[in-house]
Amino acid sequence: MRTAALAAVMVTAACSAATARQAPAPQRAAADSTSKSTATVGLGGMSTPNADPFPSTYHPLPSKPTVIRNVTILTAAGPTIHGGALLLRDGKIAALGATVEAPSGALVIDGAGMYVTPGIIDIHSHVGGNAAPNDRGANTEDVNEATNPSTPYVWVEHSVWPQDPQLPRVLAGGVTTIQVLPGSANLIGGRSVVLKVVPSRSVQGMKFPGAKYGLKMACGENPKRVYAQRGPSTRMGNVAGYRTAWIQAEAYRRRWDKWNANPQGEPPARDLGMETLAEVLRGNILVHNHCYRADEMMQMIDIAKEFGYKIRAFHHGVEAYKIADVLAREGIGAAVWADWGGFKLEAADAVRANMALIDKAGAHTIVHSDDESGIQRLNQEAAKGVAAGSAIGVPVSEDEAIKWLTINPAWALDLDSKIGSIAVGKNADVVLWSGDPFSVYTRTEKVWIDGAMVFDRSDPAERWRTDFELGFVPAASTVGGNK
Amino acid sequence: MRRTTLLLALGTTVLVPLEIGAQTIAITGGKVFPVSGAPIDGGTVIIRDGKIVAVGAGLTVPAGAQQIDATGKWVTPGLVNASTILGLSEIGAIAGTNDASAQGRDNIAAAFQAADGLNPASVLLSATREDGITTVIVHPDRGLFAGQSAVIEIVDGSATSMIVKLSVAMVANLGDARAVGAGSRGEMLLRVREILDDARSYARRRADFERAQTRPFAASRLDLEALQPVLSGRLPLLVVVDKASDIEAALRIAREFGIRLIIGGGAEAWMVAGQLAAAQAAVLTGAMDNIPRNFNALGARQENAALLRAAGVAIALIGNAGGGGEDQFNVRNVRYEAGNAVAYGMSWTDALRAITLAPAEIFGVSDKLGALQAGRDANVVVWSGDPFEFSTRAEHVIVRGREYRDVSRQDLLAKRYKQLPPDYEHQP
Repeated sequence: MRTAALAAVMVTAACSAATARQAPAPQRAAADSTSKSTATVGLGGMSTPNADPFPSTYHPLPSKPTVIRNVTILTAAGPTIHGGALLLRDGKIAALGATVEAPSGALVIDGAGMYVTPGIIDIHSHVGGNAAPNDRGANTEDVNEATNPSTPYVWVEHSVWPQDPQLPRVLAGGVTTIQVLPGSANLIGGRSVVLKVVPSRSVQGMKFPGAKYGLKMACGENPKRVYAQRGPSTRMGNVAGYRTAWIQAEAYRRRWDKWNANPQGEPPARDLGMETLAEVLRGNILVHNHCYRADEMMQMIDIAKEFGYKIRAFHHGVEAYKIADVLAREGIGAAVWADWGGFKLEAADAVRANMALIDKAGAHTIVHSDDESGIQRLNQEAAKGVAAGSAIGVPVSEDEAIKWLTINPAWALDLDSKIGSIAVGKNADVVLWSGDPFSVYTRTEKVWIDGAMVFDRSDPAERWRTDFELGFVPAASTVGGNK
Repeated sequence: MRRTTLLLALGTTVLVPLEIGAQTIAITGGKVFPVSGAPIDGGTVIIRDGKIVAVGAGLTVPAGAQQIDATGKWVTPGLVNASTILGLSEIGAIAGTNDASAQGRDNIAAAFQAADGLNPASVLLSATREDGITTVIVHPDRGLFAGQSAVIEIVDGSATSMIVKLSVAMVANLGDARAVGAGSRGEMLLRVREILDDARSYARRRADFERAQTRPFAASRLDLEALQPVLSGRLPLLVVVDKASDIEAALRIAREFGIRLIIGGGAEAWMVAGQLAAAQAAVLTGAMDNIPRNFNALGARQENAALLRAAGVAIALIGNAGGGGEDQFNVRNVRYEAGNAVAYGMSWTDALRAITLAPAEIFGVSDKLGALQAGRDANVVVWSGDPFEFSTRAEHVIVRGREYRDVSRQDLLAKRYKQLPPDYEHQP
């Protein structure tokens, strides 16, 4: 029972998805090999693959060597390690096993009764872009550029407010990496951005170094509803809209690839939106496609084949279980809720066994939130999915289910070589839980990003509070669990 | 369970009220949580003719009773979700399937009885019941005076048979003045006082009113009439509000007019817990909201329910995560709200109470339901374990003495697509 109108939230927020694929190390446009032409055209004048005009300025927070020992480790890379230990050093997971050597001066934590998992990754968030507070007049809803059904020219990072008070709450839920996406009002909604959930004065200071951008696309009810007057007003109109955009993008890509190969004379005109779409066609930007219905997903797969791009993941795929075999065959991930449904007809066929059925078919099950509250308990969402699988005779082990929260979303971002599992050499993005993360009673105790402890429940005084919270939000004293 | 009954249970569209005859069920050997009393290890619950007739240890199983062996299981009252629009909303975006709100006049619809629009064929009923929720409170959801709430038991049959009590609270939305046609908090409160005052005048001058010999009143005849039980203290006023100072304003109005108060939402209620306890005002809230989502809820925190309970406030736990249709599609998730409340400071016993007997007491139906106690409706759930845990399943769900083995629409879909490609030729 909340006083905020839920209906509006469901219609606008619950909808979108676009993921970024990892590009080769981003470079500034000016650093491209076309220096002669750069000089002629000037900075910002060229449509350059892997251009990075808003480069990451993220640096890991200070850390010290840390050992967590005597702890249960769900690795997302292999079987559970009971009574294990791990060493975090220099931002990486430096050692893992039954015991590890603690360097002198290391922080040593006894994890008896507790669990360690990789940091949770949510590939579908609008946090920062749709910030709190969202009162009328606050003007903090910045993810739907609902002025044109195709807006590949917007980049959601330009809407992210690093002082959104939702961010520390996301971190407290054990979430260390998020993909922020534009909303789903549009057929093509714009670029996503991959962020580390850390305090920063700028969004650039949160950007995951080297992460690819994503492109958000949306199927079905939302675009045709939003643009009912000007079009598209039908699902066939939606499909015509995607194809028209890709036809333009392919022509643009050819023009620029030709010029980049032989930069003579005046370059072609630059187009911000076409630039993003051309990068998708070149494989440098990953497509994250909001799509509820199975039949529409099948059509989107054909469109991707027509134009030679790949869909990395369908988001909100409440009917993914109907085509889980196809998703497995095509190598497309399915980012889903545990039990959301019924808020519109295209969400009416949601079933709680979705996660387990996708997993059983061999496709990538990904737990996503699209929600500032749900993102804080993605572990609980996965637990619901496991229970639902069990109820219909599709059992899923905790070793498998932890992947839904970690390595599978890391794969969807093409960051699985860096994050998403507990393995030596990987980034030290780690969560210490008070118990089994699939229990309702379990809470996060501590969270590390790149080896730095960024959340510690036992020390409220050290809790990250955004600028907005200072003065406005009463500081909560902690109340202990009472189970 | 007789086969005919089972078949009827499979279809939730059956409109004929079912008389279940003289049926006796004995649930034996379980860890029994009566809620109205201490837990009983290896307890027995005996059900006859739709009612609980005995609960205790070492009871003799009546001859001819259907026996449910609950050894190793947990047995609780059917759960109550005290904040839903179940049966009033099927598909959120389809207006024609949504009947939880009234147009009203000037944001006043006090006479509106939400349960009048109850749809006994809703596919969400079985999906809710199969997770152990047997009772819901349905509320009207828009307007300064939104209308009246009702208590529903999820039985197959007619809407009439489902309704336990048609009017258990009057809902007022005082959380957002601009949403109810006022320019400020003060103006909204002025309107509330004017309407309540007019309702008092109307009651004294009904005859004059019928002869058109009164000044114009701020609400319609039906609305003024509907407010009488609120003014007499028989019907509580459920004020939906988050901000601590707005809760205080509601407390002032309740004092002035002698109204029994329930707070719904109450994100910042923990900041005024002492005042709420002193006024014996109950609170419906959850344990999943901690977002300062607007300037009314800056103090939202997950410990809210636990802090209120510690101060002596009666609490019913309701969904407050805010996403995914928690008041229709996911009414079933209220047991996880209880689990989260425990994680954030509430005792397990209080959390169970907050989704069984406490809401029954708050809405005045504890003589009928909410506890495993002789004479109450036989709403009983046998769980595979701790009902708050995700891995736990409701293995037996009994409502008014009848066991339901629900196969929801969602179950049918999952079954159809468990093997791919699906077999469209045969029924799942």
